[in-house]
Amino acid sequence: MTDKELLAAYSTRLGDNALVLGQRMIELVAAGPELEEELANANFALDFIGQARLFYTYAGECEGEGRTEDDFAFLRREHEYRNLLLVEQPNGHFGDLVVRRFLFETFYVYLLDALTRCSDEGLSEIAARAVKEIRYHLRHSRQWLLRLGDGTVESHARVQESLDQLWQFTGEMFVPDELDDAMRAACNGPHLEIIEAEWRKDVSDAVAEATLLLPEDGWMASGGKQGRHSEHLGYLLAEMQFLQRSYPGASW
Amino acid sequence: MTDKEWPLYEVFIRSRSGLSHRHAGSVHAADDEMALTNARDTYTRRNEGVSIWVVRSDKIVASDPDEAAAFFEPAKDKVYRHPTFYDIPDEVENL
Repeated sequence: MTDKELLAAYSTRLGDNALVLGQRMIELVAAGPELEEELANANFALDFIGQARLFYTYAGECEGEGRTEDDFAFLRREHEYRNLLLVEQPNGHFGDLVVRRFLFETFYVYLLDALTRCSDEGLSEIAARAVKEIRYHLRHSRQWLLRLGDGTVESHARVQESLDQLWQFTGEMFVPDELDDAMRAACNGPHLEIIEAEWRKDVSDAVAEATLLLPEDGWMASGGKQGRHSEHLGYLLAEMQFLQRSYPGASW
Repeated sequence: MTDKEWPLYEVFIRSRSGLSHRHAGSVHAADDEMALTNARDTYTRRNEGVSIWVVRSDKIVASDPDEAAAFFEPAKDKVYRHPTFYDIPDEVENL
């Protein structure tokens, strides 16, 4: 794999995480519990989709075959998507959304931060821009975790359940594959072991502050990074890609 | 439903350094921190601000509209207090 191919594949994967989570959040537009949370959710979703656009555009440039951001988003199949299983899971209730975002964003903020120091200028510039957005997202999702965990008996029980349910999707984030290893070797890419330690500290601090219990590490789901997805991604892509698939090249 | 509604907060935004905070509107929020994030997400998404204040609406002490006459009219006819005799150059903004 040449450096350019490596960067294209790695940038695509970053775009996949951002796009799939953004699309999940967009599904909730007009379903927010309060007007202010509605706006926040849509803003955050658009941040993710904006990041996906940058990562895909850059992947297309590195690849050099003329593919645009739209080609990456709308014309790839399920097994070509390399996002984490965590971000493709169905939305569930408000507590599920908060926990999913908190677990992912705590990982993502450290990943982006590490990428700002990678030796590839293109990726480090996108990361520097994205990390500011995610720092703010995290402030929002962390506050909600505390509020729900340390809230009423019902909110506590429900958000604990969310945490227990989603925990099985966290292991995959820190298992390096050949792409992660190659990025580290070639471009001073993120060190997943260090990120895992930072993630564990932040997550256990927040979980304790929210008076919740940290789930035990049991069986962990994996496969997203290799293109083996849960049944849910196919439906998400079908809805998202329908227009471009039915009317190729449609624009307005 | 009313007793379950989150309290109202008034939002003040400073649009640039050097200017004062201006009332931008209000948001509902369950606590102070949430009020600040809600204000940020509602009122500064088009790059409107560099600083935000939020304050619980019920903490604001306001003058009574019924007393407007007693409060404000005595100042109306004291023309010597009004700085209307100066020409303000066009270049001076934000005065």
